[in-house]
Amino acid sequence: MKVGVLALQGAVQPHEEKLKKLGITPIQVRYPEQLIGLAGIILPGGESTTMVHLLKLNQLWFPLKEFVKTQPTWGVCAGAILLAETITSPSQDSLASMEITIERNSYGRQRESFIDTLVATEDWKDPSPLEGVFIRAPRIQSYSSKVKVLLKQGNDPVMVQQGRCLASTFHPELTSLTLVHQYFISQCR
Amino acid sequence: MATKFIGTDMNLKTGLAEMLKGGVIMDVINREQAIIAEKSGAVAVMALERVPSDIRRDGGVARMSPPEIIEEIMAAVSIPVMAKARIGHFAEAMILEALGVDYIDESEVLTPADEQYHIDKMNFKTPFVCGAKDLGEALRRIGEGAAMIRSKGEAGSGNIVEAVRHLRTLRSQIRRLTTLGSEELMNEAKELGAPLSLVQWVAREGKLPVPNFAAGGIATPADAVLAMYLGAESVFVGSGIFKSQNPEKLAHAIVQATTNYQNPKIVAECSKGLGIPMAGLDIHKLKTEERFAERGW
Repeated sequence: MKVGVLALQGAVQPHEEKLKKLGITPIQVRYPEQLIGLAGIILPGGESTTMVHLLKLNQLWFPLKEFVKTQPTWGVCAGAILLAETITSPSQDSLASMEITIERNSYGRQRESFIDTLVATEDWKDPSPLEGVFIRAPRIQSYSSKVKVLLKQGNDPVMVQQGRCLASTFHPELTSLTLVHQYFISQCR
Repeated sequence: MATKFIGTDMNLKTGLAEMLKGGVIMDVINREQAIIAEKSGAVAVMALERVPSDIRRDGGVARMSPPEIIEEIMAAVSIPVMAKARIGHFAEAMILEALGVDYIDESEVLTPADEQYHIDKMNFKTPFVCGAKDLGEALRRIGEGAAMIRSKGEAGSGNIVEAVRHLRTLRSQIRRLTTLGSEELMNEAKELGAPLSLVQWVAREGKLPVPNFAAGGIATPADAVLAMYLGAESVFVGSGIFKSQNPEKLAHAIVQATTNYQNPKIVAECSKGLGIPMAGLDIHKLKTEERFAERGW
């Protein structure tokens, strides 16, 4: 099975390493034709403003928007911002694939970046403890009834799912755990 | 990421550097330039009072930028903002941390404040980037807590020759380490003047334990591409952009070239119509004391 990692900019390599560990072939996606034959795609962390800019320059904007409609897609941090319907502080263009509102850099600057234990909801079946790495993280402020919350940090939803789309505001690729990647792969099968 | 070599704090610090990979970090001196940089797709900006080529021209002591300039730039953009402190000047670093900058560059472009010691970077929550000419220097800085290494290059020269030298040196020294037996590493640590634990880590993993970016003299899209091929994971562009004839266009082009560095057709296309790049200096005509890369050790 081939799973793509959007490779325009950002933390691409840590996701590739996780996928390889799970026996999946990661495919770097920079151009539209590289989407063909993928079972799913990860939109990694990075700078969302840069990614929006580069998605358009590389003619990936519309092909990716179409891809997300039919194939499992997981947006991490900046990737979650790309998937959100509404973005605040400031508002910016997105693929608008999930009915969530997300606030950029919601916890503050790098000084306010943190690591915390996550709380599973009844929709997250695995009981293993999970560590969330939050880096200049966005916060999911609201979501529609189509969206289910899988993981929380305090009262904030930090991993949500709407159909084939997943969004997380923390970085599982920066920890030693593969649990969240396993969950995404199970959606791709 | 490969095996962690230091605690969780380091994970947050190198984590931000991971997010900046494959991108361009641009030197800016005011709000207007910061906005141009963000719109052109920069992943971060370096807030400065003067770009390195002006620091070089003006002479005198170059210090941390005034806080109001840094704050003006932080207010103007949503991407991370970095700022420079003098080598060893931990009080400047404390000010930058209090202002909330996202990364501190302990930089040889400014006049060193301490000719013996660099800043103890473990003492800060804000991550640091430091320049290096070779592996020993890179590992000494990482040992002090740097969460990102960049080539020193020769800042403000518009000449990439020194950055190439530093990137190549680093890469071949790392390759060499991976060929050594474990019994050879202590001597290697002694020769490099670097902590043994880090030498062992590099010998095992074949890369630096923190992201490695390029800086110093990058002036064109082709320069950025060359740096990426030589192992840089992102590029810093200092004087190159805003000292060129058409900064906005050049900023766009360098971002596009960096992402598509393996695609010469795209790089050729975005290299067109950029006007006159910054003039640049012949490195061999610089006196030793005029070379920023000689500062720090």
